[in-house]
Amino acid sequence: MYFTSYQFILFLLILFIAYYLVKKKYQWILLLIGSYIFYAFAGIEYLFYFATTTISTYLISQRIKKVKIKQKEYLKINKADLSRQEKKEYKKVMKAKQWHYLLICLLFNFGVLGIVKYTDFMIGNINGILSLFHGEPLSFMNFALPMGISFYTFQSMGYIIDVYRGTCEVEDNIFKLSLFISFFPQVIQGPISRFKDLSQTLYQEHDFDLKAISFGLQRVLWGFFKKLVIADRILVAVNTLIGDPATYDGIFVLVGMIYYAIELYADFTGGIDITIGVAQMFGVHLTENFERPYFSKNIAEYWRRWHITMGTWFKDYIFYPLSVNPRMLKFSNWSRRTFPSGIGKRIPVYVSSFIVWFATGIWHGASWNFIVWGLLNAVVICLSEEMKPFYEWFHQHFHVDGKTSYKIFQIARTFLLMSSLRILDCYRDVPLSFAMFGSMFTKFNFSEIFNGALMNLGLSMIDYIIIIIGVFVMFMVSFMQRKGSIRERIDKKPVIVKFFVYYVLIFAIVLFGAYSIGYDASQFIYNQF
Amino acid sequence: MEDLLEILEELHDDVDYETCTTLIDDKILDSFDIVTIVAEVNNVFDVQIPAEELIPENFNSAKALYALIERLEDE
Repeated sequence: MYFTSYQFILFLLILFIAYYLVKKKYQWILLLIGSYIFYAFAGIEYLFYFATTTISTYLISQRIKKVKIKQKEYLKINKADLSRQEKKEYKKVMKAKQWHYLLICLLFNFGVLGIVKYTDFMIGNINGILSLFHGEPLSFMNFALPMGISFYTFQSMGYIIDVYRGTCEVEDNIFKLSLFISFFPQVIQGPISRFKDLSQTLYQEHDFDLKAISFGLQRVLWGFFKKLVIADRILVAVNTLIGDPATYDGIFVLVGMIYYAIELYADFTGGIDITIGVAQMFGVHLTENFERPYFSKNIAEYWRRWHITMGTWFKDYIFYPLSVNPRMLKFSNWSRRTFPSGIGKRIPVYVSSFIVWFATGIWHGASWNFIVWGLLNAVVICLSEEMKPFYEWFHQHFHVDGKTSYKIFQIARTFLLMSSLRILDCYRDVPLSFAMFGSMFTKFNFSEIFNGALMNLGLSMIDYIIIIIGVFVMFMVSFMQRKGSIRERIDKKPVIVKFFVYYVLIFAIVLFGAYSIGYDASQFIYNQF
Repeated sequence: MEDLLEILEELHDDVDYETCTTLIDDKILDSFDIVTIVAEVNNVFDVQIPAEELIPENFNSAKALYALIERLEDE
């Protein structure tokens, strides 16, 4: 059931009415039932995976809780009898017990994710090696990938790590925990929520709050506008450009990069707008996933503003534990001694970065293009870090820091850099991606884009006008958001203005949404991850 | 405290660590800085800061960070 389907709108309408009709104490149960129905539409068999993750997470969280309670009670009773060292030793033993439980849960759930998502990738690589020795290739397993498995696995594993760390409460009600893992607006493409944040509003009783509901609805409409009017329309041209690399090389690679940047932004942020808006209609507050990322002045900043919840997940649960691990600290000490200049301190951080970006890449997809994409991100981030002294010198020498023109240059540079890296996402083939990137500098066909070639990409002049206006509106909204919530500002306007905004959005979606033949009112790009 | 200020000043010498209480909130320290601080603290104070303590509350000011180091030394 795609967000953009009529089925979903009908499902949402029924659930919404029922939600505000039932007794408030049953609202969360209704959300749970709705979430399972929503998920079952993707395939009843996937519920098995879902239930497995929920049950294993619940059981392990309860085991860890028991150990924590036992530790607390033991220390309370024996407070006077134990020396400081004995207490320390006891805590260490109990922590090790919790760690074992945590490890079982992580291995099991990431194991399931690994098997369904990466088995065929591994087989493909093994077959590649076997072919060098004329060996018999292995058969592919063709596991069906459960919808949103990367998202809900990450969310539930984030919860169990937080339980282990003692940074969130343990949920004793398995059905409530199940709702946290399955909450339907976010289950397929995030945001990846933290239990301590989401649980605050997910299980609460909610009144029919007209302001919150209308804000949610506005956000949903805005998401539909981005997805249907911009993303799905420009998708046709992106597919044409990517689908025929022999024809569309040189300057067309740059055109494709920019078109894809627009499509991906409108698609992903549009999907998240729908997600957050739908949740808001039910009184549930979800964490924001974007903060105007295309206004970033460098790649590190971009990754703090794009897919924020995924970035913080990797930072909190992989980058930090890896970087402050005793072994890494030992390596850090060795590195400082061996390389006395500043680089000695930075090498361990770079090592952790490469590991995290490798994981980020493979999280996006079981193929080499995503791995290379991830590693290239790490290369750029580490190089930027190394070039900091040069930038500082440059800023001081030329007095450009803070100047608007220089900011625009930095924003454009970051946009082009990120778009270049995304070539790997477009062509899904590493050698082809590099060849296409190289063709921008070797094939000088700049004039071709003025020969009407842009009109042969599946888009008419009307399409282009709609896209240009759509992108302009999207840009202006992002620009205005710098000064705070636009919806709050609209809300203070007279009723007639508010309704005008509603009508314009609805009419734009109905009239200019990409529905006709040739358009794929497609699933969201991030659904596949 | 002076040792800690030295570590911090080596990362960003243009920040007034005595008064600033928004090192994380204002994005003055990023994740690279934080893990560098953890390694330096381990080196200078012989204290290991575990991953669960890498939260904004502990790194928003030099004072908070110092309090964390003292707490971990006591444990």
